Amino acid sequence: MRIELVRRPQHSALFSALSPFIALGLTLVAGAIMFSLLGKNPVDALYYYFIDPLTGIWDPGNRWQLHELAIKAAPLILIAVGLSVCYLSNNWNIGAEGQFIIGAVVGSFIPVVFPGWHSWIVLPLMLLLGMLGGAAYAAIPAFFKVKFNTNEILTSLMLVYVAQLFNDWLVRGIWRNPEGMSFPGTIRFSEWAILPQVWPESGRAHWGFVFALVAAVVVWFMLSKTLKGFEVKVLGQSPRAGRFAGFSSGKVVFFAFLLSGALAGLAGISEVAGPIEHLNEKISIGYGFTAIIVAFLGRLNPLGIVAAGIILALTYLGGESAQIAIGVSDKAVRAFQGMLLFFVLACDTLIHYRVRIAGAPAAKAAETKAGEATQGA
Amino acid sequence: MSVDTTGGNLLEVRGLTKIFGTLKACDGVDLTIRKGEIHALLGENGAGKSTLVKMLFGSLEPHSGEIRWNGKPVTISSPSVAKKLGIGMVFQHFSLFEALSAAENIALSLADQTPISTIAAKAQALSYSYGLPLDPYSVVGDLSVGERQRIEIIRCLLQTPELVILDEPTSVLTPQEADKLFETLERLRVEGKSILYISHRLEEVKRMCDAATVMRHGKVVAHCDPRQETAASLARMMVGSEVHAVVRAPVEGVERAEALLEIRNLNRKPATPFSVPLRNISLNVRAGEVIGIAGVAGNGQGEFFEAISGEATQPDAGTIRIRGKDAGRLSITGRRLLGAAFVPEERLGHGAAPRMKLSENLLLSRYATDSKAFLGPAGFVKESTIDAATQRIIKDMDVRKSARDPEAAALSGGNLQKFIIGRELDRQPTVMVVNQPTWGVDAGAAAKIRQSLIELARSGSAVLVISQDLDELFEISDAIAVMHNGALSQPLSRTEATLEKIGLLMGGAEPGHVDHGLETA
Repeated sequence: MRIELVRRPQHSALFSALSPFIALGLTLVAGAIMFSLLGKNPVDALYYYFIDPLTGIWDPGNRWQLHELAIKAAPLILIAVGLSVCYLSNNWNIGAEGQFIIGAVVGSFIPVVFPGWHSWIVLPLMLLLGMLGGAAYAAIPAFFKVKFNTNEILTSLMLVYVAQLFNDWLVRGIWRNPEGMSFPGTIRFSEWAILPQVWPESGRAHWGFVFALVAAVVVWFMLSKTLKGFEVKVLGQSPRAGRFAGFSSGKVVFFAFLLSGALAGLAGISEVAGPIEHLNEKISIGYGFTAIIVAFLGRLNPLGIVAAGIILALTYLGGESAQIAIGVSDKAVRAFQGMLLFFVLACDTLIHYRVRIAGAPAAKAAETKAGEATQGA
Repeated sequence: MSVDTTGGNLLEVRGLTKIFGTLKACDGVDLTIRKGEIHALLGENGAGKSTLVKMLFGSLEPHSGEIRWNGKPVTISSPSVAKKLGIGMVFQHFSLFEALSAAENIALSLADQTPISTIAAKAQALSYSYGLPLDPYSVVGDLSVGERQRIEIIRCLLQTPELVILDEPTSVLTPQEADKLFETLERLRVEGKSILYISHRLEEVKRMCDAATVMRHGKVVAHCDPRQETAASLARMMVGSEVHAVVRAPVEGVERAEALLEIRNLNRKPATPFSVPLRNISLNVRAGEVIGIAGVAGNGQGEFFEAISGEATQPDAGTIRIRGKDAGRLSITGRRLLGAAFVPEERLGHGAAPRMKLSENLLLSRYATDSKAFLGPAGFVKESTIDAATQRIIKDMDVRKSARDPEAAALSGGNLQKFIIGRELDRQPTVMVVNQPTWGVDAGAAAKIRQSLIELARSGSAVLVISQDLDELFEISDAIAVMHNGALSQPLSRTEATLEKIGLLMGGAEPGHVDHGLETA
């Protein structure tokens, strides 16, 4: 028996819609196997991962958990929406983690350096600086790609480590809080520099989640309804046809990197001005990398990315509750996310190909016949 | 041997049927190919020729029906089975790896571990003996369509097949090259090999083929002896009705008409180490006329097209003038806005984005020129207007398709070409530049495309057609210039241009010194 992939004449709309769900299902199965191998009851483990953080839906006493979900989902959605534009235009920005950190650093400039400036303008300026910082940092791989034809996967990824170490140096060095007992981290931001909570009565979710939803809708509209979105998709799918259309691939490289950098930067500054309230050395729990999974699980569609962001945020929360309840290592979260990306990419094959199982006996028979005929000739 | 009781029939096909969804692409097809016979397979695009051939070559599995090879029933489950039987195929759309050399591509299709140098030597010997010169170490990506076809043919012949299937083989050859190919085929016939020859060039079929099978809408409509038929009667069988011959009314006063496209001393350095430099090309195309550019594949036609279209811009703005305005430094969009329209050689991936719908592919080349109709504020795409325009073009050009607005890659080559040409004609361009308008397009569609280009010129536009199909150029052009090694000859008016003169220029007689070229001949 052999399994063949046969190209479909048209891509399958059914599997376009189904493939993320198939991937999720396969991830659950693989996750259950992983937990059994770890000696845990897989049903319990999956319960703590995927149901327990959602109990707030029906239990008002646990409503704070939904807020935590929104806090985790906000940066994932913001970054992944930007990445969808990159990936659709065939620009492989892997460095959103770095753009997130630089956005946070640049946006923190005002509250750290001018802590006494108390004005309503501080917060909008911080958000703007965060976006500019992220965009400027993303412009580096874009520039190298356009100018020297370097591979943006490598340059953007390497710049992540530069950003991490730069931030580390700042919060341990010149920006360290003198009253912070030598812990790395800046001073706590003034209340003028804190992103307000959306609904403080029931939990601490901040405006970052609203930014994420707005960004998703705006980028969805741009991609599906405007010429700019068309340009992005044409150059991504068929660069030569894009040039024939008169689109400039260099400009789109910059557009995609600057947009995704700005959104990652906004996510970064929203994170430090929101739940963390100061800049420290571990502001990201790998949001920039997890957002890559979010982008693909959301089928590179910003509206799908909202749902995908919530699912990945769930794995972070579920990881914590599983660690507390049944003692699963927090590394299991990364394994989960990795499996999800693996299955998502694998299932996407079904959109353009169908699987045919060719029975070995039939093929063998045919070859035998063919052989006989040749001998006959 | 006892097997051979079939009276020399190499291949017999009985009742072969293939169904895609609800479409019967092949419906009970019968075909008999005798040993040592050149058998023509005729039919319009979408008639089911490709489907039939793919079943014979094992790329598609038939639903029902029987294939007998030397009288024995066989199941051809894959191309490797077909090759073992002795069936070789030269595809219309080449299956070559662009990053590999010709010899490496040939090596990939051979099962054994023959060293590349041996293959290269064999391929070179074979290529020269069959009159299809080829450098086995050249990288496919740098070769023209015509040269790529040679690799396919050589690759097929290296496997010494009993039956060679050729899909539209002469569409990229000069008349001299085509003659060489016919000699090759003749030699194969004498050697006792059989050939299944798919072509829409009826004169060719009449001249060479011993038998013909005509298909229409998935069914065989006739088995005939092409030598007993006329081109018109063959065309009638294919199309089911009369093919309207292209009508080209002579134009008067063109010399006095305004030159809408002017090219002045166009030079271009080679963009890659293997592409052809353009050498001092000058040409005027006036309102009302069709100028044809003949030439063997790979003599700079692609580079020339890119330079005119603005995909490659020139440092000197006066090099290209469109409607009297300097356009040399303008991008393709700027040139379109001056009234020019372009149709490149490659349909999929250049003229159209394969995985995008036809309506999106309409927007591809017309978002700038029709921005008022197609775009709203902030670049909002007006889908309903674009959809209406798409359906209008589909109707005008008789594009046949399986869905209302299918992906470009789902259309057959001819139908996609009709759409791409129609997309540009629909905006009534002042200057139209087309590279290979009817490559691999069936007779009915080709006639439609040619007629529409002539009509566009007669309505006052300037039309420039680059083609390797000389019959086509003689059918539609008011004057023909020849491109050789990046230089362009003076255009010869239709009264001066003969097949012989053009053929000599294609072979490299000094451009601009036509008379000298003829003397030495």
